[in-house]
Amino acid sequence: MMRYLAKRLFWMVPLLVGISLISFLIMHLAPGDITTTEAGFNPKASEESRQKLRKLYHLDEPLIVQYGLWLKRMAILDFGESFASHQRPVLWEKKDEKGEVTKGLIQEALPVTLLINVVSLILTLIISIPLGILAAKYRNLWQDRSITVLIFVGFSIPGFWLSLLLMYWLGVVYNVFPISGMHSINYQYLTAPHKIYDTTHHLFLPIIIPSLTGLAGFTLFVKNGMLDVLHQDYITTARAKGLPENIVLGRHALRNALLPLITIIGLSIPGLIGGSVISETIFSIPGMGKLFYDAVLMRDFPVIMGILTIGAALTLIGNLLADIAYAWADPRVRRGVGQ
Amino acid sequence: MLRKVFLAATLALVACGKPAAVQTPDLDSPYPAQQGGTLVDAMSGEPSGLIAMLAGESAASAIASNIFNSLLKYDKNLELEGELATSWEVSKDQKTISFHLKPDMKWADGKPLTSADVLFTWKLVTDEKTRTPYGADYKLVQKAEAPDPLTFRVTYAQPYAPALDSWAGLHILPRHLLEGQDINTTAFARHPVGSHYYQLDEWKNGERIALKRNPNATQGQARIDRLVSRFIPDAAAQFLELMADNIDSMNLSPIQYARIFPARPELTQKIAQYKELGNAYTYLGFNLKHKPWNDKRVRLAINYAIDKQELIDGVLLGLGEPIASPYKPGTRWSNPDLKPYAYDPAKAKQLLKEAGFEDHDGDGILDRDGKPLSFEILTNQNPQRVMSAVLIQRRLKDIGIDVKIRQLEWASFIGRYIKTGDFDVVVLGWSLGLEPDQFNIWHSSQQDPGKFNFIGYNNPTVDKLLEQGRLELNPDKRMKIYHQFAQQLYDDSPIVYLYAGYGLPAIHKRVKGIDNPAPPAGIGHNSYEWYIPEPLRRTEISDK
Repeated sequence: MMRYLAKRLFWMVPLLVGISLISFLIMHLAPGDITTTEAGFNPKASEESRQKLRKLYHLDEPLIVQYGLWLKRMAILDFGESFASHQRPVLWEKKDEKGEVTKGLIQEALPVTLLINVVSLILTLIISIPLGILAAKYRNLWQDRSITVLIFVGFSIPGFWLSLLLMYWLGVVYNVFPISGMHSINYQYLTAPHKIYDTTHHLFLPIIIPSLTGLAGFTLFVKNGMLDVLHQDYITTARAKGLPENIVLGRHALRNALLPLITIIGLSIPGLIGGSVISETIFSIPGMGKLFYDAVLMRDFPVIMGILTIGAALTLIGNLLADIAYAWADPRVRRGVGQ
Repeated sequence: MLRKVFLAATLALVACGKPAAVQTPDLDSPYPAQQGGTLVDAMSGEPSGLIAMLAGESAASAIASNIFNSLLKYDKNLELEGELATSWEVSKDQKTISFHLKPDMKWADGKPLTSADVLFTWKLVTDEKTRTPYGADYKLVQKAEAPDPLTFRVTYAQPYAPALDSWAGLHILPRHLLEGQDINTTAFARHPVGSHYYQLDEWKNGERIALKRNPNATQGQARIDRLVSRFIPDAAAQFLELMADNIDSMNLSPIQYARIFPARPELTQKIAQYKELGNAYTYLGFNLKHKPWNDKRVRLAINYAIDKQELIDGVLLGLGEPIASPYKPGTRWSNPDLKPYAYDPAKAKQLLKEAGFEDHDGDGILDRDGKPLSFEILTNQNPQRVMSAVLIQRRLKDIGIDVKIRQLEWASFIGRYIKTGDFDVVVLGWSLGLEPDQFNIWHSSQQDPGKFNFIGYNNPTVDKLLEQGRLELNPDKRMKIYHQFAQQLYDDSPIVYLYAGYGLPAIHKRVKGIDNPAPPAGIGHNSYEWYIPEPLRRTEISDK
């Protein structure tokens, strides 16, 4: 097992370098750079000054030299600073001589996105697993049918539309939820419990909406998994020996039906850190999606590369974890790995 | 039991989360001016820093201009007046400008503000290591000196008329905090100390910037205590926040202004709508180096064939003005004798015929030497520009011109097409300052890749006028020069002026003291005099 792990980890390095090289080249295929976007169309900004900036950012060097410079910094895990005029570190905070700490861009955006997506995923699981079991248990009866209709309605509604509608109803008409942002404007004056309440209150809609629209996939997955398992001989055996239906479903069927879910969760890890541009824009949430989108429009190369690399690394780790978890949960896989 | 406690706790939390039901006081009756209160507005982008010479985006200058002063400023009629300077003189040879500073000025931290700070700022902006795109104007200064704490003097190699405007645009920075630091990476950009009405109170990344009144302000005290700018990128979300009373002001789109507001009395009851002409215009520009755009008759024909009023009514819902010169109508630089080209398709056809374009093969599209008159309009993903292009497409089809439209993402548009000159016709806009000098846009020497005369305009008379305009510091003589310049552009029609749109701020009626209708400088010119009467304020938890 350890050898297997070491091998997987070792192979991640060339894979990451490959991913970063391809990302780097594709990024530079798009015309324009930071000097076209930042002051590009202001007649007061002279072309000479823009050339000067290009030089300062090494944008006048050949691509391969630029990639080399980037890779050299990456070797010591230095993600560099943003090209935007705040020049904030891409990944992690830095201290200057005077002891002022400047927080990293990803450091600030990632926890926000992770919080929303993880809570939202857990919520989706909490709702979809019972729904899936119910749908399997009452297959083709009215319960199953109404669940199917409901989750497909949720699946078909565009998230941004539902968001705006709920913002209008719950925020403007009934005034029970804040409309956008993560904190109230008097947040700095609130006491600790109020602060927690305030944040929860603000994040309610951004969390609940992706859960609603994401229900369909997981519910169907659980339902189909259950249906497969319910046809197995050992379920018939369990029923034949007179076990109550609850135990048949809960103990014998569910455990096996949930196995494939591990893979699905592993696959959703990149999504967890990716964030959604649309939802973050609508709700004014400073997360990863917005950070990446703005960086692309600005041609802020260090930020783009930073996010892509972190994303790639986490995806690879996520896949590895999913494989390990799967092996741990399913003895058949574990033995297969050992051979 | 546990459940009951939980329920009570939830109820308590819900209760304090809701604003207490208050009787809405009368918004329209007059209130005396009063100190205090918080104004919350919405911005679609977050500034990258608050040193305006480094940060390119408009959000940065909007917030920084509440924190920093310049030597000069524009008054409500867009004439220059002193800000940190009480007065200034121009020497006889027009090469030297001396600024006399107000006495006893202080930075927000209590340290004295003197001409040494001005000199320091000039050194910063002209320093090769400073990552600013805006150094060009200041590099023309041959000698800058601060002979005494209240005098700052600059000498140019030759008279440079845009100089005065440039000193109205440079935020003066404190030497005692920045000396010896790397301006590009200094933490000062996020913890600024200035001299204007407000100082930074709190900056929450990605969420908001709050400013509080600066007790040491050099220009007197503003009436509103706190200004909060929330970053809300989505226009629909901004509008919902405005409806729900969570923000006091935002910029409306024409649809919100002309369609949604009139249909909702609950909005017009509490929110006032304003209209101010901005400093920007939208145009159709030709690549003058390509055929047939080098032919003035063809350009004029297209100018006649476009119905500008239709664009204003259709795209801006009437909330704009046609223009005939590259200056804001109503200001001294705008030539009042010029009237926009009328919509006259017959004349357009006539001109095209003179230029040799006729429908020889009977396919409905004009042609010359067997080549149909057909081209592509490029524009960026700006909905107003795209809609304009569509209306133009249709009008040009009426007279037999085949137009295609392509919209591109901004950086690709500029990098791939504008810089390389690889375009026929564009719909774009210029957003200009108040300085009438447009040398960078129209002078024939400014055509290299990356410069702003990318349409390739080359007119020796215009070149000469632009050069003269830069040398003349007398406003009245200058005005004549720029009127002649605008006349030349008008006759040549290197671009078709489409419209100048109104800025459409909506501000909650709790904010009083706003000039309506807006003077030429816009409603913001006296924002330090705005006030929020106590009965109309939000229930706020403050630090006092």
